[in-house]
Amino acid sequence: MPLYRDEAIVLRTQKLGEADRIATLLTRSHGKIRAVAKGVRRTSSRFGARLEPFSHVDLQLATGRTLDVVTQAVSIAAYGEGIVSDYARYTTGTVLLETVDRLVVEEKEPATQQHLLLAGALRVLSTGEREPRLILDSFLLRSLAISGYAPSFGDCARCGEPGPHRAFNPAAGGMVCASCRPPASTMPAPATITLLAALLTGDWPTAERTDPRTRREADTLVAAFVAWHLDRLRSLRHLDLTPAPVVPLPGTESLG
Amino acid sequence: MYEGAVQDLIDELGRLPGVGPKSAQRIAFHLLAADETDVRRLAHVLVQVKEKVKFCEICGNVSEETQCRICRDPRRDLALICVVEEAKDVVAIERTREFRGRYHVLGGAISPIEGIGPDELRIRELMQRLASGEVTEIILATDPNLEGEATATYLSRLLRPMGLRVTRLASGLPVGGDLEYADEVTLGRAFEGRRSIDD
Repeated sequence: MPLYRDEAIVLRTQKLGEADRIATLLTRSHGKIRAVAKGVRRTSSRFGARLEPFSHVDLQLATGRTLDVVTQAVSIAAYGEGIVSDYARYTTGTVLLETVDRLVVEEKEPATQQHLLLAGALRVLSTGEREPRLILDSFLLRSLAISGYAPSFGDCARCGEPGPHRAFNPAAGGMVCASCRPPASTMPAPATITLLAALLTGDWPTAERTDPRTRREADTLVAAFVAWHLDRLRSLRHLDLTPAPVVPLPGTESLG
Repeated sequence: MYEGAVQDLIDELGRLPGVGPKSAQRIAFHLLAADETDVRRLAHVLVQVKEKVKFCEICGNVSEETQCRICRDPRRDLALICVVEEAKDVVAIERTREFRGRYHVLGGAISPIEGIGPDELRIRELMQRLASGEVTEIILATDPNLEGEATATYLSRLLRPMGLRVTRLASGLPVGGDLEYADEVTLGRAFEGRRSIDD
């Protein structure tokens, strides 16, 4: 069994047999792979928590007939700790992982840009330095752009007439001019379009100057755009961006 | 392919978890050669398990009555509830003989990728149990993996504002293990949760 080594982010895991797991990994140079991690569910496992979703690991793998086998694992960063400690970050993170899993369809086709984008997004998400909502929208737009579904927020997505335009249509691919505009296009606020363009290019100073209402509208548009290209993301239904209670209030009665 | 009943048995056995076609065939021929009373007893318990076993109306554990043995036991501490994912976990904790409170079985862990959110678990039932005010401490004993931790985070967000003591099982090094093979997350947690040796 020939061995190879690569950096990988764990996208998801599923149980296999008594104590094994199949991990879906997004590697830096080998694209998406599915690999068996033997014995990880035992408490004495030498991989232990390294192969949990959100982990960024340096792996040695052995090529198998159908699935590769993880032979060694060393952590590069355990983003899971920081992400799982906050429920909003966790539900956001699972959307990121599912999106990549869906966008990178072919196994063993290099997807380095997606890998780098995901690693960056998980790092920022785990530190909590930016709002999960903004990280999510920015990631979705950029990840779709890498896969060839870049939305247009300036020129008309249909005829290319220079913008700015008023109408947005996910099926048309972004903003559309008055003459191309399909029925049932939405008319978002100009500030929302500025925010979306900033999120697509990674212009954080502009993005962070926006108010909550603009961010919510951007959310809706991004969700519509993602739904058009990826159908239904299961984890998106469970997205919960309610911030964690900052100070616990002892003795107060409330049932969430 | 075998004829009739033998093949039917092999097919049925092959649907069990961890049983492949070869194992199914081996078990089927073992049963064929076995004593008839033994086979009848096996068939009887298989039917019984579906007929008799229910879920406890209080904690959700498997039980033969409407309430399970633990929930019926008056010696159990009513102020403590240990929240676990599966009925299997109740058995694991009972074996330690450390815990004298009662349990709450969630029926899984939050995993948005598999489409399991808080509404798919028995969280509402847990909230109803807390309404009586008897409970003072909730021990979150979900699995120490990502889904289990996320479930614990969600529950603590829900429970802490209610003024309850919310605790989480400690994580750290397995007894009988090797320090050098411990992963960074586990070893880090073990450091965080270290305790004074004269306690």
